[in-house]
Amino acid sequence: MSNASIQAPVPGVFYRRPAPDQPPFKEAGDSVAVGEVIGLVEVMKTFYEVKAEQAGTITEFLVENEGAVTAGQVLASLTSA
Amino acid sequence: MGIKVNHPGLLTTIQDLGRPGYFHLGIPISGAMDRMAARAANLLVGNEESEAVLESVFLGPQLEFEADATVAVTGATLPPRVDGEERECWTAFRVKAGQTLSFGYLQEGARAYLAVSGGIRTPQYLGSRSTYVIGAQGGIEGRPLAAGDMLPAASGANPPAEGRHLPEELRRVPGTHTELRVLPGLYWRLLTEGAGRSFFEDTWKVAPEADRMGYRFRGGRPLAFEPREQPFGAGSDPSNIVDGCYPYGSIQVPGGTEPIVLHRDAVSGGGYFTLGAVISADMDLIGQLQPNAEVRFVSVTMEEALAARKERRAQLARIRESLA
Repeated sequence: MSNASIQAPVPGVFYRRPAPDQPPFKEAGDSVAVGEVIGLVEVMKTFYEVKAEQAGTITEFLVENEGAVTAGQVLASLTSA
Repeated sequence: MGIKVNHPGLLTTIQDLGRPGYFHLGIPISGAMDRMAARAANLLVGNEESEAVLESVFLGPQLEFEADATVAVTGATLPPRVDGEERECWTAFRVKAGQTLSFGYLQEGARAYLAVSGGIRTPQYLGSRSTYVIGAQGGIEGRPLAAGDMLPAASGANPPAEGRHLPEELRRVPGTHTELRVLPGLYWRLLTEGAGRSFFEDTWKVAPEADRMGYRFRGGRPLAFEPREQPFGAGSDPSNIVDGCYPYGSIQVPGGTEPIVLHRDAVSGGGYFTLGAVISADMDLIGQLQPNAEVRFVSVTMEEALAARKERRAQLARIRESLA
């Protein structure tokens, strides 16, 4: 067990849901696999998928839905398996 | 030799200094958003300044080199890595055959330029390799790079020594607060005096949809217009006119709410009033603004605009001298 994080690959607006009327991709406490999508960052009319680079359990989201993010900003903390 | 694109990044395009001369036909100049950075990248690897480079926005590509090459990354601080090992920006370094060039997280600026010794040699269209995505012209089939693309690159005849770099005082990357100088234009008179003041007083933020066609800003007070009867042929909104030409850098404000500065892939004309234009000396700077970056517009005279252009030329001369 060790602590890890998921960072924003690009700057923009962070979304936790695939669409406004759909549930969030992931909640705190959920487990993620490598390459699994945990959110989207919108920039230049493009939605870029944020993928987990390690498997583990999400402990906390550090940016709210529709929050502005910079590249490399930590979006979620993770306890890696 | 070829360079294989394993991952294209968010939006990576082939750009050179553009295709001037066709704007009256609706074909924009295109080319690097930050021309000075593109020129510097080429000079660092011993190329002509006009060779094609890769422009990457916010996120770098992953590239596998088929043959040895000397490369340099300028513009935004997007730290390059050779097989995972970090290299300096604004500095020439070697990538050997079989090695992969990738990038860390963006630290500063918005667009990084990657020059390869010998240059990227995709076919020219109207005298340029620049990619104009909306018009599907230039680059590779007129589109951004995609995974699996093979970039043809010439082998540089005499690539410079590894480690050659541009001194820091000759690099330009915007900080957290940027001033953009504006020359008020033909339609300035359509604004009320109060709107003319607030436009320059307010702090504006780059909107996330800002792209190569135009940079949109929000956060300032809406602009009010002098009452007038809309002329025949103009739309009903006071920000509409009976069509006009849009120069590069011109600022349109549809509905008086969010200014848009037209950039290298701009449309050439239309029915919005333009309150003025960002001066040519500051156009490169816009290309390095991230979403939410804070900007103030500063009014200048034609004399000040021309002096600023002269200063930029002097700066370019210093860059050339430093890398000669």
